[in-house]
Amino acid sequence: MSTLTRASAVPRYRQPTRRGAEAGLFLLAFAVGATAYVQVDLAMLGKVADDTVRVLSAVAALLLVVHLAVRLRATYADPIVVPTIATLNILGLAMIHRLDLAEVQRAARNGGVAPPPDVYSQLTWTALGVVLFVAVLLVVRDHRTLQRYTYTAMLAGLVLLLLPLAPFVGATVNGATLWVRLAGLSFQPGELAKILLTIFFAGYLTVTRDSLALVRTKVMGIELPRGRDLGPLFVAWFVSLAVLVFERDLGTSLLFFGLFVSLLYIATQRRSWLVLGAVLFITGAVFAYLAFGHVRLRVDVWLHPFADEADTSYQIAQSLYGFASGGMFGSGLGQGYPQLVPYAKSDFILAAFGEELGLIGLMAMLVLYGIVVERGLRAAIACRDVFGTLLAAGLSISLALQVFVVVGGVSRLIPLTGLTTPFLAAGGSSLVANWLAIGLLIRISDSARRPDAESVSLEDAPTQVVPL
Amino acid sequence: MSELVLTLLRLGFLVLIWLLVVVTILVLRRDLRAPRDARPLVATAGPTSKPAKARPERAPKVKTGPRSLVVVEGPLTGTVIPLGTGDVTIGRAADSTLVLDDDYASNAHSRLTLTNGTWVVTDLGSTNGTWVDRSRITGPTPLTLGHQLKVGRTVLELRR
Repeated sequence: MSTLTRASAVPRYRQPTRRGAEAGLFLLAFAVGATAYVQVDLAMLGKVADDTVRVLSAVAALLLVVHLAVRLRATYADPIVVPTIATLNILGLAMIHRLDLAEVQRAARNGGVAPPPDVYSQLTWTALGVVLFVAVLLVVRDHRTLQRYTYTAMLAGLVLLLLPLAPFVGATVNGATLWVRLAGLSFQPGELAKILLTIFFAGYLTVTRDSLALVRTKVMGIELPRGRDLGPLFVAWFVSLAVLVFERDLGTSLLFFGLFVSLLYIATQRRSWLVLGAVLFITGAVFAYLAFGHVRLRVDVWLHPFADEADTSYQIAQSLYGFASGGMFGSGLGQGYPQLVPYAKSDFILAAFGEELGLIGLMAMLVLYGIVVERGLRAAIACRDVFGTLLAAGLSISLALQVFVVVGGVSRLIPLTGLTTPFLAAGGSSLVANWLAIGLLIRISDSARRPDAESVSLEDAPTQVVPL
Repeated sequence: MSELVLTLLRLGFLVLIWLLVVVTILVLRRDLRAPRDARPLVATAGPTSKPAKARPERAPKVKTGPRSLVVVEGPLTGTVIPLGTGDVTIGRAADSTLVLDDDYASNAHSRLTLTNGTWVVTDLGSTNGTWVDRSRITGPTPLTLGHQLKVGRTVLELRR
């Protein structure tokens, strides 16, 4: 076997569960989130609203449920991931509440009617996410059972990914066809497809990684994989291009392809896959730029954000002004003007944080994301089976890619794409799907850190005789 | 709300969120130093029921002789067993000093004993035998620096 399998030995002492540390971190997470929420109220209303108390009690109850579920069902799981995620989620609630209040103020000034606040629906989605998180811990007792559903996951994932294109249920919002409307409820199936496809990639690469890693042919002195082994890479590339072309969703397309290439690299430990992936990506990007107006517009806006400030690049220009006025320390929660950026609650929530918490606050939040990704990759390294390693790595990398694409887009490092900021942005599909993903990660981390009983069974097996 | 309170809240919140980050990193660091996260890199010599930390006080170091037993080949390559004065047992049994995850090793495979300042290897009736420098040992055999000890697929060496 290759380096992905690990020697195991019997621990001679009790492995600490670190649940106490997790409880402490949960308290701190709640303190940070509650301070943010209360600060918004104090700055914008001058007092703490009654609703705030209700929202914060609901949040505290949810944290308690999460903690108890982990304590009972994933005793040895990583103590850091869930409190960090919870912090980000509550900060997102606080910022959405802050922007709700801005809408109320604007309506009062103009004599109009304020749109219904979004913070309650976000809280409901958070609750649903937590319920699904607990459900994952209850239902998936061992992540290896998921490997059985490798191809089911692929099929379901592809169907979900392409569902918005279907007649009657699919819907186009703001130029991107990634919504499904059913009975008045809208959902972005692509978010769920992300997890299913990660399961598929992990299961598929567990089986095929040896041939992908070992069989090579030489083409002009460069070692390349065989043509037939390249197939899946091209399928992934075409599907992500199809998403880009027909659904006009740059972000999902990028995430999907990047995830597959990273997992190929992790599974085979061959750098040539990264080179091939980069070549395909650049080809696809150039093709998309030349062929599609909406891609060209994104790139133009990225390169010249102040050229057409009143129209096409209004959003990104406002976002940059927001970051600039926030500066180092930020204007303070509830004291800036983040509502001037269109879609500040969803796509541009990071610009809102950048304005009100400044570079220092935003950096803290990015470090929190980094910590979650690090813990996920660590669970992947510690995991004893290849499928678990790849699944944990895939889930962490998709989180990392998503944060990179969103932060890069909002801060004009890369062209803007339509991905949601995980756990922060208003939007149910993304929130629920991300909580599901964290549930799986916690399940893998629990099995990776659990003291194993495998060596005992090995001990009972008869010793094999060396053939002489 | 007065301007002063809001400014204090604004800066206080930044302090608080960084406090969270720092505490998280401290927890993370303690977690890294936890005895075993993924796999043990350092096994311990001597009676195995005691935790590793109690070792140094109990086992006075031998001044000139080898200080450690190092795995140089096999699945556990890189594992270092600090040597004290106690016996070192090697095998698949969970209470061995070096637990081998190796189909070709027996439960109780071999034992190293410190006799008059020299480490002596004894085979404990293993199926595939204990080998010193490519010859299968038939009785207690001294193991010195620079010689290789083979148990199953694992090769060990004494190091100073």
